[in-house]
Amino acid sequence: MRSIRYIGAILALLVVFLQEANAGEETDTGLKNRQVDVNEIVFGHIGDSYEWHITDIGATPVAIPLPVIVKSNRTGWHIFLSSRFEEENGEYKGLYIAKEGEYKGKIVEKDANGREVKPLDISITKNVAGLFINSTILVILVLGCARWYRRHPVEKEAPKGIVGMMEACILSINEDVIRGCIGKDYRRYSPYLLTAFFFILVNNLMGLIPFFPGGANITGNIAITLVLAVCTFLAVNIWGNKEYWKEILWPDVPWWLKVPFPMMPVIELFGIFTKPFALMIRLFANMMAGHAAILSLISIIFITANMGPLINGSMGLVAVVFGIFMTALELLVAFIQAYVFTMLSAVFIGLSRQEAHGGKEIR
Amino acid sequence: MSLLIPDSGLLFWMVIVFGIVFVILAKYGFPMITGMVDERKQYIDQSLLAAREANEQLANIKSDSEAILAKAHEEQARILKEAVATRERILKEAKTQAQVEGQKLLDEAKRQIRAEKDSAVSDIRRQVAVLSVDIAEKVLRKNLDDEKKQMEMIDRLLDELTVSKH
Repeated sequence: MRSIRYIGAILALLVVFLQEANAGEETDTGLKNRQVDVNEIVFGHIGDSYEWHITDIGATPVAIPLPVIVKSNRTGWHIFLSSRFEEENGEYKGLYIAKEGEYKGKIVEKDANGREVKPLDISITKNVAGLFINSTILVILVLGCARWYRRHPVEKEAPKGIVGMMEACILSINEDVIRGCIGKDYRRYSPYLLTAFFFILVNNLMGLIPFFPGGANITGNIAITLVLAVCTFLAVNIWGNKEYWKEILWPDVPWWLKVPFPMMPVIELFGIFTKPFALMIRLFANMMAGHAAILSLISIIFITANMGPLINGSMGLVAVVFGIFMTALELLVAFIQAYVFTMLSAVFIGLSRQEAHGGKEIR
Repeated sequence: MSLLIPDSGLLFWMVIVFGIVFVILAKYGFPMITGMVDERKQYIDQSLLAAREANEQLANIKSDSEAILAKAHEEQARILKEAVATRERILKEAKTQAQVEGQKLLDEAKRQIRAEKDSAVSDIRRQVAVLSVDIAEKVLRKNLDDEKKQMEMIDRLLDELTVSKH
């Protein structure tokens, strides 16, 4: 009861503060008529960028510049900080960030005919930097646990605290999900599946932190989920046993479904690719949508900024309440998506390892 | 639609980063942790087994000691019974022996007494005979001074004898 009252008081203060800020903004003619481009805000945060934008103080953006690594078709390799673009008025050695067109937001250059082309670009963008940070956190976390086990003999004590929590998580995934779905030779796959689970979980959770070390929308980027899905695809198909390929190429269905025209084999072959594709899209869409929903809710405050203090205040309150709800929901989704990805990967792997079911053929 | 097209740069870095993370964690991370947990599980299983065995042994020891105790009790009872029997037997033997001995003594005493009595009787007889002869001598010496009296005396004596004989 008490905590609810506290939250109420904080929200009320927030409304008052917003109204004050609003009132202050009225006098600032420069900002008054600026339209809030929600699309820009949301997709700017969801997408990738060459600098890690933190906030704006007045009109000056505060951002961490990140290294750009580009191989131009004409001038070879270039490695420089993204802040160079601002210093050099948006163009550095013929390279610039496209404002519109096919490569909007990407570094492009002009070829001999004056057309915009995209050079080979392996810059450390916001997502790549976030990927580095999160991977480092993950490696430290897991190796820290492993180190604890090396230091403490098995017969002396069981872990407590963070190591204990990690152990509980690892065990529940390993025993319930991986062993449950794959079966007897689950040990071969458990390192990959555990890595995938914790990789997704850490990146999901870090994406929910709104400021610097987190906030990058990594698992909501299709390149990331594509790589994860390809890994699962390889794990399923490289080590798939004879029974698995037989089920695909010569399934137990009435003969006319496969002899004149191999309908079932075609469908099954198609299924090989749709399964990881679904994994890829599911994780990407869920995480991206979550980020977009939170950002849109917060944007309501800025959209209503010009509509007077009452509307702005009440909508701000609504936005904050829904923002809290969405963030809490996203915490849940961060775990669920990591869990679902791991579980479905384990199920697909398990299907590729199953033994022949003897005798119950349908003719 | 740019969201749905994977960016080549990010793809490149993701493959490298995920590959490195996977190799590190698959080599030094998760197998270590799961292996240690398995080891602990085994250790716990072993401990449980050892505890069960120890318990069984303890129970065995208990039943063994109980058996030994019961056997000792039995032995004690047997010894006591034997002791009682021995005592009874000794007592009985002693009694019979004492009886026999007593009888023997009694018989001896009786025999001696009889012998004593016999000798005493014969002694008395002799004394009586001597005394009666002496008395008779004295009486005869005094009364048989005259003839008449002597005859009377003889007659009476004869009468008495004959009367007593009839």
